[in-house]
Amino acid sequence: MDRSTPDSHARTVAPLAETPRRAAILKRLRARPTVAGSACALVLLMAAILAAPLFAPQNPYDLANLNLLDGRLPPGSESMDGWVYLLGTDDQGRDMLSAILYGLRISLAVGLTAVALATAIGSVAGLVAAYAGGWIDTVLMRIVDFILGFPTILVALVLLAVMGRGVDKVILALVLVQWANYARIMRSRALQERRKEYIEAAANLGYPAWRIIAFHLLPNCMGPVLVFATIQIATAIALEATLSFLGVGVPVTEPSLGLLIATGFQYLLSGDYWISMFPGIALLLLILAINVVGDRLREALDPRRA
Amino acid sequence: MLLFTLRRLLQSLFVLLAVSVVVFFAVYAVGDPIELLVSPEATMEARQATIARLGLDQPVWRQYLAFLWRALQGDLGNSFVHGVPAIGLILQRLPATFELVLVAITLSCVVGIPLGLVAGLYRDRVLGRGIMAGSVLGFSLPNFWQGMMLILLFAVWLGWLPASGRGQTVDVLGVPLSILTADGWSHIVMPAINLALANIALVLRLTATGVAEAQTQEYVKFARAKGVRPGRIVRRHILRNILVPVVTVVGMEFGSLIAYSTITETVFAWPGMGKLLIDSVYQLDRPVVVAYVMLATFIFVVVNFVVDVLYAALDPRVQLVSPAH
Amino acid sequence: MSATRLRLAALAALLALAGGAHAEPLKIALASEPTAVDPHYHQATPNNALAAHIFETLVAQDAKMNLTPALAESWHAVDDSTWEFKLREGVKFSNGEPFTPQDVIFTFCRVVNNEEAIAGSYASVVKKFAGVEAVDGQTLRIKTRAPYPLLPNDLTRMGILWSGITEHGAITFDLENKCGVTGAWPKVNDFNTGKLAIGTGPYKLKSYVKGTGIELERNETYWGDKPEWTTVTFVPVPNAGPRLTGLLAGDFDLIESPAARDVQRIKNTPGFGYVVTPSVRVVYFQFDVGRDDSPLVKAPNGKNPLQDVRVRRAISMAIDRKAIVDRIMDGMATPANQFLPDGMFGTLRNPPELKYDPEAAKKLLAEAGYADGFELTVSATNDRYINDGQIAQAVAQYLSRIGIKARVDAMTRSVYFPKRAKREFSFAMGGWASETGEASSFLQYWVTSYAPELGMGTSNYGRYSNPELDEVFRQAVTTVDDAQREKLLQQALTLALQDLPSIPLHYESSLWAFRKGLTYEGRADQYTLATSVKRAP
Repeated sequence: MDRSTPDSHARTVAPLAETPRRAAILKRLRARPTVAGSACALVLLMAAILAAPLFAPQNPYDLANLNLLDGRLPPGSESMDGWVYLLGTDDQGRDMLSAILYGLRISLAVGLTAVALATAIGSVAGLVAAYAGGWIDTVLMRIVDFILGFPTILVALVLLAVMGRGVDKVILALVLVQWANYARIMRSRALQERRKEYIEAAANLGYPAWRIIAFHLLPNCMGPVLVFATIQIATAIALEATLSFLGVGVPVTEPSLGLLIATGFQYLLSGDYWISMFPGIALLLLILAINVVGDRLREALDPRRA
Repeated sequence: MLLFTLRRLLQSLFVLLAVSVVVFFAVYAVGDPIELLVSPEATMEARQATIARLGLDQPVWRQYLAFLWRALQGDLGNSFVHGVPAIGLILQRLPATFELVLVAITLSCVVGIPLGLVAGLYRDRVLGRGIMAGSVLGFSLPNFWQGMMLILLFAVWLGWLPASGRGQTVDVLGVPLSILTADGWSHIVMPAINLALANIALVLRLTATGVAEAQTQEYVKFARAKGVRPGRIVRRHILRNILVPVVTVVGMEFGSLIAYSTITETVFAWPGMGKLLIDSVYQLDRPVVVAYVMLATFIFVVVNFVVDVLYAALDPRVQLVSPAH
Repeated sequence: MSATRLRLAALAALLALAGGAHAEPLKIALASEPTAVDPHYHQATPNNALAAHIFETLVAQDAKMNLTPALAESWHAVDDSTWEFKLREGVKFSNGEPFTPQDVIFTFCRVVNNEEAIAGSYASVVKKFAGVEAVDGQTLRIKTRAPYPLLPNDLTRMGILWSGITEHGAITFDLENKCGVTGAWPKVNDFNTGKLAIGTGPYKLKSYVKGTGIELERNETYWGDKPEWTTVTFVPVPNAGPRLTGLLAGDFDLIESPAARDVQRIKNTPGFGYVVTPSVRVVYFQFDVGRDDSPLVKAPNGKNPLQDVRVRRAISMAIDRKAIVDRIMDGMATPANQFLPDGMFGTLRNPPELKYDPEAAKKLLAEAGYADGFELTVSATNDRYINDGQIAQAVAQYLSRIGIKARVDAMTRSVYFPKRAKREFSFAMGGWASETGEASSFLQYWVTSYAPELGMGTSNYGRYSNPELDEVFRQAVTTVDDAQREKLLQQALTLALQDLPSIPLHYESSLWAFRKGLTYEGRADQYTLATSVKRAP
């Protein structure tokens, strides 16, 4: 859309629903096979993850299924019951393939939920701070300073001590510490955009503040935040892995990919590479898929690529 | 400008206070440090004496007020575990962390920005796509795994670099620095790369996005129509505008790395502050944790201040203090 | 090797050839860093090991924890409450001053006046003294308030200081009047800087930089065997992986505690060796037997099944200790049948084996009325003892095979120990190293009835109480005659093993790995000492 004439200003200012913008986006998505392809791959991956209980040869979270004497067997070994451990076993006798399938689900849940929540909270905070200015901006930004200075490990540890262990506590810890990053990025971008004419025009037209923020400011500021968010999914998952590495993450009997990698890395030097390597590859593929789709989606949603 | 600085200062003091309160109570909530320190072989008497000496027999709010009173006089308390002033312990390790982070951030910018420029300018070609895809590797794997792989490759299999620790230091104005010796560089290279990898990816992608977006802006199209040389367009127009988000993130990362390069320091046994923090948290060494987080917050406050000032310098549309609507 | 290191190595070789001083540096990587140089600050293994290089004690322990003479040539009990120590002659401190009985008395006084110390057992040892006198320039007589058979054992950890580190008049054991000391008592930091770190030991402190390393240099005037190394550098490398890679890369000459599973790699890499030594650290689980309603047990009949000794025996029989030692500890442990390794003072000669018998365990459970099992949470640390989290998971596995629905809650020690002290667990893991090298240690803190004012049962979180055992134990610790005491301790141990308030799993073994050309004499107390490192013949 060309913005050099007053007519087109009015058009850019109108909210999403009233223009064929959504249709335009979908059309663009359909026109690019790689986007569709990546989206399909991601959907398939997620379906596989959710359906893991059906695929997996073993439920690795049920202690009665495990056999210590089957521990640390290399890929392709036979179990005491006759079936084959395709990717080997870990130190407790857990089938690596099953553990990875179950672990993918937890890692994905943690990553997506934490990032979604943090993005939502952080974006709102950043937009409001930038648009409102004044003391609201100051207070919010000082809170952001506070959060950024706070060690994630301490938050996780306190939650662990006070609320016990669990995947939800890990997500909570990640969100509590991460939202401030999004706020800061969103605010810096929004500060730039706020000064532009189309925002002023909208304000002059009498649109209420929340509408301006939601439909005009937000779409144009999404860029850097989305870039950051897609990277942060991986970071969130890696952060969860680190927390598990430090012993304050998910419970040991329900390992995420991160915990599998963390536990497995102790065995790297002694040659039992499969305990750490396969979960690592699974994690890499997961992140890759998310990022590729994220990249494409972001390009498609960029309002300036008309 | 002066008003801005003063107001910031005041606000930051409030933040520091809030941080001290939250961390103090957070560490208290995790557990009783006495259980980790005192051996069961100690008599009841000796145990009580230690509890009283550390002030742990008082109700927690009274402990906090006592801490605050001493803090205002400049004493942030003695470590429960080491018996020496907490702030001294932290500052002793600051130079090591600082130089590690400095090298890592420099690496991120020196590698990330040029690569990001290329990726952004050639985004529809194989080169651009390839760089973007490659950047995913930078942040896909957990830090500790990357570190371990680096050690395996360069220290054990190839034997080119030492596996851990800090190299020889040279005293500059009383501060021991290792980047002034060759031995120091051989020790700092791997941990710095380990720290920098995720950042290179971040800076790279931010730059690439920024360049891609800037290219669609009118001022670039206009300049191109005018016949300005591409190199000049990139340098004078695009670069300045995309630097705002990059500066934000690099600023954030700098502060964040100074405070929390714990995992890299753990894996490479780098004697920095991050390792001290982790250990202190685990030992429930409250004075050190509180002093540490306050110092980290202070660093963030300073960094944010500098970043905000840089914004205003780089982007004339941004004002230091946005007026209320 | 990097270019820089090659050059440095060449230079060193050149200097050595030039017939210069025989520089024999030794670089050791530690698993945990000593928190202070002060020998009386904190009773922790890394601190004790470091202090042993600089300061010496009256009585020492050899690699098997037998008592050996150090600054005291000999000692004997004059009567039930008097000990006499004959001090060694001709010993000098590292600053040239002679070692006298006054230094020992000064040390005793300092220990009681050490405000900054984290409560250990130092002060409680001295508080048991009624009086100390230097009978002549060489003999020290200690009178105790009650019979104190373990005094020589307890003195093995008290490093002797030079009385000249502070101002004083005539030194006598007069605690009311600060023993004649007029100056300020030494502080932790004074030792860290090296100013007051003056001892009789084989090495002197050169520098102590937290996080970076500790440097020691040879004490040329040491009275004993000439120390082999001119300088010793300790570097803390808390993570086992980098510690091992540091050894393999040539950064260190010796490392402590490589991970057991990496031993294979050490074996397969030419140019390196290792030594395995059984230690006195026993890993066990403690039952909550004191409460009818235990927080982490849920039985269908509403009672606490752990209070039934048959249930406890069943749980003990359900666990395959050998498999855990084999698969999880990689063979670097010894299955335990009592609470201190066989052969130590006071242990049973031929304890009955704690067999693995899941069928019998199931029968016992059914007999006790729990044929359908019950729910139980296995609580453990995941960062304190070797492979603790994995051991807990394995134990849970075994319990689920006999019908107990077991959950695992493995947490970091900073959360675990406080919770355990508040009695929030029902089946809790623990680890204990009997520093005295004899059997009373474990019984005193973990098995006898909870009586903190007497210093007994302070870690008896399960509140097990057996008056018969308490009585036998009380007799044992007040019997100075060795043979008698041994029998009483064995009796107490038998009672404990019958009732199983705690079930021992295994004794950890300590590992040291080093480069070729060196040997290391492994120690049962897990200390890493430069004096145990010798050049290979």
